Amino acid sequence: MSPTGTPILRVRGVTKRFGGLVAVNDMSFDVGNHEMVGVIGPNGSGKTTMMNMISGVFRPSAGRITMRGRRLSGMPAQNIARVGVGRTFQLVRLLPGLTVLENVMAGAVFGHSRRWGGDAVDIAHDMLDRVGLDAMADAPVSALTYIDQKRVELARALAGEPEVLLLDEWLAGLNPTELETGIDLIHALRDEGRTVILVEHVMDAIRALCDRCVVMSSGAKIAEGTPDEVLSDREVIRAYLGDDDA
Amino acid sequence: MRPSGYLELLIVAVLVVLAALFPLVGSNLHIGVGLDMMMFAALAISWALFSGPTHYISLATAAFYGLGGLIVAMGMADYELPFWLMIAVAALAGGVLAALIGLATLRLTGVYFVIFTLGLAEMIRNLVSWIQNNFLGSHGFLIFSDFRDQHYYWMLLAVVAVVYLLGWVINRSRLGFALRIIGNDETVARHVGINTAMAKVILFTTTGFFAALVGAIVAPRWSYIEANQVFSPHISFLVVIMALLGGTTRLWAPIVGVVPFLLIWNWINGNLPNQSTLFIGVAFLLIVYVLPHGVVGRLEQLRSKIREGRS
Repeated sequence: MSPTGTPILRVRGVTKRFGGLVAVNDMSFDVGNHEMVGVIGPNGSGKTTMMNMISGVFRPSAGRITMRGRRLSGMPAQNIARVGVGRTFQLVRLLPGLTVLENVMAGAVFGHSRRWGGDAVDIAHDMLDRVGLDAMADAPVSALTYIDQKRVELARALAGEPEVLLLDEWLAGLNPTELETGIDLIHALRDEGRTVILVEHVMDAIRALCDRCVVMSSGAKIAEGTPDEVLSDREVIRAYLGDDDA
Repeated sequence: MRPSGYLELLIVAVLVVLAALFPLVGSNLHIGVGLDMMMFAALAISWALFSGPTHYISLATAAFYGLGGLIVAMGMADYELPFWLMIAVAALAGGVLAALIGLATLRLTGVYFVIFTLGLAEMIRNLVSWIQNNFLGSHGFLIFSDFRDQHYYWMLLAVVAVVYLLGWVINRSRLGFALRIIGNDETVARHVGINTAMAKVILFTTTGFFAALVGAIVAPRWSYIEANQVFSPHISFLVVIMALLGGTTRLWAPIVGVVPFLLIWNWINGNLPNQSTLFIGVAFLLIVYVLPHGVVGRLEQLRSKIREGRS
């Protein structure tokens, strides 16, 4: 199934080998403009490695990743960020020595939009407000709860005004109430028409949020389609639960 | 950005003027101590420009300081070139050396960076010594100069003022913000779009430039200069300890370490000359166990605690 609208990001034949281990094997998929695509799969199926190749942590061993025709694979992470890919990390990474506001400003100052001075402060406040955390702007990050730390990280990614946003298990580790808040927040991003790739384990979130899903198992793509289609796919169920239950 | 920034500059300007008047009233002994303080203040502040925000501890100060000193000595003794020309050449050479070291050490972090810079400084010392002994037919250079201690003092004070002003500008720039982010988490820094390699090399080059400049300025004071002396790793450790003792959270914080350290250092060298290494060790333990963010960092902690207590 092809994406709705024009593809903005194309992944073609991407492979990543770590020594003898093939973590990602010949992955290809497209992401359309304003589309929310889920990358799902069992633990260790190579989802985060795939994200890391898009954001430039790793260089693919083979294949290419392009955004609006521009080749991202091979670029250093800072250039990919400037071209317009923003991300959050699987394990939250905040800057502990900086205030909440400064953490978000980091995204605005050096990212895709490259603002400075009052302009950067304004957008940082806007984004904190967006994730519902502006009251904490001057607090140290050590004063934040886990979900609030995740909010700050999301605000930092948004502050760079990325064209494509990567959320790596942004909902993981939240309690049921927080999860609801989190899903609403990402849903609001979707309503704004943002282009998002999310790696996720929470099935409710995938059903509620994703236009399309790419399912990975052992580094390769095993299915692609709407959440309902892929979640009822026999191959997908086998990948998650094993042969006996399929 | 913040109005208090300009107030800080004004205060520093007044202090610089007062410090400049000191040699007119102080005795020769006091000027000598003041000169040492100015020298280490310049070295420690410029060291902290890079190592403060990034937490990359550089032990290469001696390499730049020694290179600066040796270039001035060689130019003045062997080619009779003017002092002013030679300090400019020396500072530029220090900058170039630092840029090369920076490019070579980009991928090193933590303790590997520390050891590499120390090893490199030692390698340069031995290399220069070897070249001098085997090819230049002498162990060192004799330099003659009309400068007196107050002249060195004023020149070093000017360096301190320039370094301070530069640091003030950097801290208010994108570059300064980038360095703080790098010091917190380099992976995040890259992912928000910072060219981390470039930022680190620019700052390390600045540090090398000023360390070489300081070495160059004080070179004539040695009268007889040889590589083993001027490249002594002692100076690298002293700069690190003084800067960390004061702290690196503020531009002026290293001075808070430099002044008391040198007063005690001088007293120990005068009265218990065999215990100076012990003193360095004790100071280092003090930093690690009691003052991880320096005296200034500790005071700031106390201040914020008192504030919290009030509110």
